[in-house]
Amino acid sequence: MSDPSERSRIFVHGCGVVSPAGWGLESFRQALENGEPIPPTEVPRPGWAKPHRIRQAPTPETRPAFMSHPRLRRSSAISQFAVAAAIEALGKSAAQVGDGSMRLGIVVCEMTGCVIYSRRFYDETLRDASTASPLLFPETVFNAPASHIAALLGCTGLNYTLVGDPGTFLQGIALAAQWLSGNEVDGCLVLAAEEADWLTADGAYLFSHSAILGEGAACLYLRADLPEVKPVELKGITNAAAFHDAETRRQAAQIVRYESPMGGGNDLLCDGQQGVPRLDAAEEAAWATWPGKRVSPKLILGEGFMAATGWQCVAGVDALRRGVCEQAVISVVGHNQQAIGAHFMTGGA
Amino acid sequence: MLFPFSNPSQSRPRIVVTGAGIITALGNGWAQNASGFRAGKTGFKPVTLFDVSKQRAKEAALATVPAALPLTKLSKKDEKRLDRAGKFLICAGVEAVRQASWDPSEQTPIVLGTTSGGMTLGEAYYQQALGTPASQRGQPTRVNSYFSQAQAVLLGKACGMAGPITIIANACASGANAIGHGCSLIWSGRSERVLAGGYDGLSQLVFSGFDSLQALSTTRCRPFDAQRDGLALGEGAGVVCLETLERAQRRRANILGEIVGYGASTDVHHLTQPHPGGKAALQSMQAACDFAGVRPEQVGYINAHGTGTPLNDQAEAQAINEWAGDAVPHIAVSSTKGSIGHLLGGAGAVEIVICLMALKEGWLPPTAGTQQPDALCRFKLIRQPEDKKCDYALSNSFGFGGANGSVLLRRWA
Repeated sequence: MSDPSERSRIFVHGCGVVSPAGWGLESFRQALENGEPIPPTEVPRPGWAKPHRIRQAPTPETRPAFMSHPRLRRSSAISQFAVAAAIEALGKSAAQVGDGSMRLGIVVCEMTGCVIYSRRFYDETLRDASTASPLLFPETVFNAPASHIAALLGCTGLNYTLVGDPGTFLQGIALAAQWLSGNEVDGCLVLAAEEADWLTADGAYLFSHSAILGEGAACLYLRADLPEVKPVELKGITNAAAFHDAETRRQAAQIVRYESPMGGGNDLLCDGQQGVPRLDAAEEAAWATWPGKRVSPKLILGEGFMAATGWQCVAGVDALRRGVCEQAVISVVGHNQQAIGAHFMTGGA
Repeated sequence: MLFPFSNPSQSRPRIVVTGAGIITALGNGWAQNASGFRAGKTGFKPVTLFDVSKQRAKEAALATVPAALPLTKLSKKDEKRLDRAGKFLICAGVEAVRQASWDPSEQTPIVLGTTSGGMTLGEAYYQQALGTPASQRGQPTRVNSYFSQAQAVLLGKACGMAGPITIIANACASGANAIGHGCSLIWSGRSERVLAGGYDGLSQLVFSGFDSLQALSTTRCRPFDAQRDGLALGEGAGVVCLETLERAQRRRANILGEIVGYGASTDVHHLTQPHPGGKAALQSMQAACDFAGVRPEQVGYINAHGTGTPLNDQAEAQAINEWAGDAVPHIAVSSTKGSIGHLLGGAGAVEIVICLMALKEGWLPPTAGTQQPDALCRFKLIRQPEDKKCDYALSNSFGFGGANGSVLLRRWA
């Protein structure tokens, strides 16, 4: 596999997901099929009588075995979501990482990151800095989830945490493709993860009173070789069209539409609509003539920032695997950085 | 399209640095910093940005925010959105791009490293959200500007660059990883030029965090000293203009140095502590040198991660000793964190700029503050500034979460 030309194709070998619908792909799939928004939970907002509403990931029915790992026992929710999604996506291949027979790359993408412990730690600092907990602080860094995944799997190779607006997840996939085609890794996990807190809900509330945050993670396990069953191939990632205001955001969405496949009746668009017309308008206008089916995970699961882009990708890949569509197109019109798109197809030929 | 890759490189292009910007506690710009290091200056001051009365440590290497930012396409409104970290980034970025005489471009990628972006804005948001919960004045701007991508977008606007933005948050290795990743975009043929660097500003949360871990020195930061007792935080930014040698020569650019190797690894030993033997640090250094085909005895200088914590310096010293083997007594090593503190996400980038200075101008910066080197230091620990011409310099960055990066530079002759 050292010839770059042999590694120019990228396939999805596994998916993992944690969402307000539950832990694992099955609950995610069912939630999208049902089409009913997950009921939000009320989270008290200090200083306000009215609470924020958040679609939280439920407590898992059975405590995942990985939570007994010394690294994860006091980790924040975001790390636990990320690890769960990584393990599900990697499946049996995890053993190959542990025994050193596979070089695994890890790319974790976040927008708000480890906000719960950050808020708690800063709150402790303001109250009395001399007693702020040293157990919390290490879990506030953006790369804590990536570090925990590496430790759990015994993975000592390339490991990046990318931050940015939600389109960054697709850049993360492009980074993984670069590592794979350059033969720097044999496989690569690309993750998106977020945790929701009253503080992030507070920030979102400033921009829309009707947006409801969600939380969780999504993971794609990518390789350059063909999977044995149900191959799904990454066919393209558009350029990241940067924007800096509402008008250039609208233009960026159009650029992504222009660079994406035209689509047909059997194709699926996984978009980022969340039911807030002002925020959705740029994407809606760009994709108004899409001829195929559409799925909008955020309408069901909430505004999961980076995780939501991961959910869009997993929704597309899962639909391809189940033969629901021939091509899945992902559209992301981010918050304050970029619009970007991707498309996947059933592969193997 | 970001994928499939339209321009797979048949041979790896050489990468040169044609612009470098730096701002630290020693000053704003290449000249002030170079003269500061050559004079062995240090930049530590009492922290006055926030209350440290209940912290163990009271000092940090604070950089001075310029009274006015360089004149760019940023509006006054844009400038108002920048916190001190963002202002450091703009200063270093504009210095680098002007030095390189780069034309504006809508394609040039920007790759940055940071640990906390606009954290001070996040802190202000939180204080207002709790202190005056009914008031939302200024809060939307704080939310938008807190995110590091907002600062990167403004850097692009200031420098006339509007290409894809990648922000790496690999803790203290972020800056090294950002420049390393920028190089990989060029080596792989994805781009002819990349603006890359790292930045961070001092924030209360981060200062308190390191203090809570008892990682901050309560005396004086003394990297590799037998009596070292912790690190000192710093702040600032380092940005470099990376481009192919062919492109630089075509436009007759002034070349500051060459980047010839990059290695990265992950230390899975502990979230905040390195493997005691420096296993992953060794892996990172070896990867950078193997990539370039350079042997340890060819490397004249290492800018060590050298935080001054007992655990980091022990692990790194062991790694250097093992990596260099018999050549170790001849290898000059220093940690500039003794002068400018630990810049976290900016550290790797700033230290790469320092390596460029050292290679170009033929001097080595000292490990300020260190009195009695640890017995583990089998290498030549530089404690006073000295003149020395080296062909290769290696910059190490090892961070929280086990993120490691090493970048190898060659003197441009």
